[in-house]
Amino acid sequence: MKFELDFDWKPLLLVPVLALVALPLVGTASTWLTLTIAGLAMGMIIFIIASGLTLIFGLMDVLNFGHGVFIALGAYVATTVLGGMQEWTGADSLGRNLLALLPALLLAMLAAGALGVVFERFIVRPVYGQHLKQILITMGGMIIGEELIKVVWGPQQIPLLPPAALQGTVFWLGASIEKYRLLAVVIGLVVFLALAWTLSRTKIGLLIRAGVQDREMVESLGYRIRRLFIGVFVVGSALAGLGGVMWGMFQQSVVPQIGAQVNVLIFIVIIIGGLGSTGGALIGALMVGLMANYSGFLAPKVALFSNILLMVGVLLWRPQGVYPVANR
Amino acid sequence: MKNLLELKGVHTHIGAYHILHGVDLVVPRGQLTLLLGRNGAGKTTTLRTIMGLWKASQGTVHFGENQGQDQGQGDGKDITHLSTPQIAELGIAYVPETMGIFSDLTVKENMVLAARSAKRASDIDTVRLEWIFKLFPAVEKFWNHPAGKLSGGQKQMLAVSRAIVEPRELLIVDEPSKGLAPAIINNMIDAFAQLKASGVTVLLVEQNIHFAQRLGDSVAVMDDGRVVHAGSMAEFSADPVLQQSLLGLAL
Repeated sequence: MKFELDFDWKPLLLVPVLALVALPLVGTASTWLTLTIAGLAMGMIIFIIASGLTLIFGLMDVLNFGHGVFIALGAYVATTVLGGMQEWTGADSLGRNLLALLPALLLAMLAAGALGVVFERFIVRPVYGQHLKQILITMGGMIIGEELIKVVWGPQQIPLLPPAALQGTVFWLGASIEKYRLLAVVIGLVVFLALAWTLSRTKIGLLIRAGVQDREMVESLGYRIRRLFIGVFVVGSALAGLGGVMWGMFQQSVVPQIGAQVNVLIFIVIIIGGLGSTGGALIGALMVGLMANYSGFLAPKVALFSNILLMVGVLLWRPQGVYPVANR
Repeated sequence: MKNLLELKGVHTHIGAYHILHGVDLVVPRGQLTLLLGRNGAGKTTTLRTIMGLWKASQGTVHFGENQGQDQGQGDGKDITHLSTPQIAELGIAYVPETMGIFSDLTVKENMVLAARSAKRASDIDTVRLEWIFKLFPAVEKFWNHPAGKLSGGQKQMLAVSRAIVEPRELLIVDEPSKGLAPAIINNMIDAFAQLKASGVTVLLVEQNIHFAQRLGDSVAVMDDGRVVHAGSMAEFSADPVLQQSLLGLAL
């Protein structure tokens, strides 16, 4: 890709600046490294979940407050799949562990994507263009989803542990790093690169980016944006399912309310990023992840609302988010 | 002369407002038809209704020639109730007043999207692209730049280039000279003259007098949501009294 000199690079500095500001506050370099990698891993997982939501909003102006239901479904499907493969997940072999993890991730994505098809058709489609109704009905959809999960899997907390070889920590430069977090960073990067490649190098990606800016013009050029949107909705839902598995393993357990818990974080992320911007969502997610970890260590009481503070700070600087989408 | 586009008694409502009150309009094939009228007369609404961006609440829009005579409804296919993408696919290119440039995309990416059959820039017909580059050198010059960085005139050139990147039967353009410097307007007039010569049918909304007189074959004047005069441009140009009464000014 040709690098433009007039590229808006300032938001790219936010993540390193936040990390550097935290260094003297945290004090010791090894603790800082631990927190930073934990934060980046958490950020990557949040990004996987939020990337679909930001495109769903950007492309069709749909406020989907029910995105959390895909997260929850993904996580629960993983508990079932991994629960049935304990010989594999418990084996002391990274290869067999990953072979168990892979179907869990794929099935979670498949289930969440399939639910996405249903959700779009019956819950979102009747309320295109009506924000208030979208908020109400998508939230309602999530509540129903939550209850259905209780029916299938029960209301109790279910453990969701990473496979054996990914448990525990490695030591690097004096910092202790959970192995699972490294995997989260890798998977997050893969998702980001795949998205970035699709959005910048394929015609579908061009259509999505163009549709986020000016839906009407895309239709005037002869493209059926509804179909595109359904595709984005389903892929976004599948990614939320994937993110749900990652998040559940990050927390090491799942509860039916997992979706609602993450919902707040992902809305903060897409608002920070600029509604509709994938690059912005990545920056927002990494900042939210870092902030949660730093503040959890430095001032646990502040941690509860640190991300709100972060959002307020960013919006004071750029009221439309770090990468405002043009023509909106 | 066959008509490529025909509107009959078209009414359009936008929310609670009744904007078009029975528009009758024909666009003869191979000609450049000008749609004139004061601000608020309903010109842009008419174009948007043709494109299906706003739906006609009454009346019909027909496009094309004699594809299955539908009972006395005039020639062509009834496109009144088609969706915007379906209408575009029939071979209508539309340049809105706002130009509709995708500013976060490069000039190249804008062109690739406009060329429906192209997956990437190299799929665009090179002869046609060379022709466009000659008409609008800025499109070639800023090929890899973000379209949002272009000046107003360059954006307008890109908007028109997008509309002609593949052959289309009808080109609908809303005020291509709006906000442009005189030198650029002349450039644009030349480009449209060449487009006309290539045989494209054009429906143009335009306020610029020179633009209108240099290019128009036929003219329709709108007032208060209706077409109040239709005829040839030559006739209209020669009749200052008519101009005065319809537009409140003489060309």
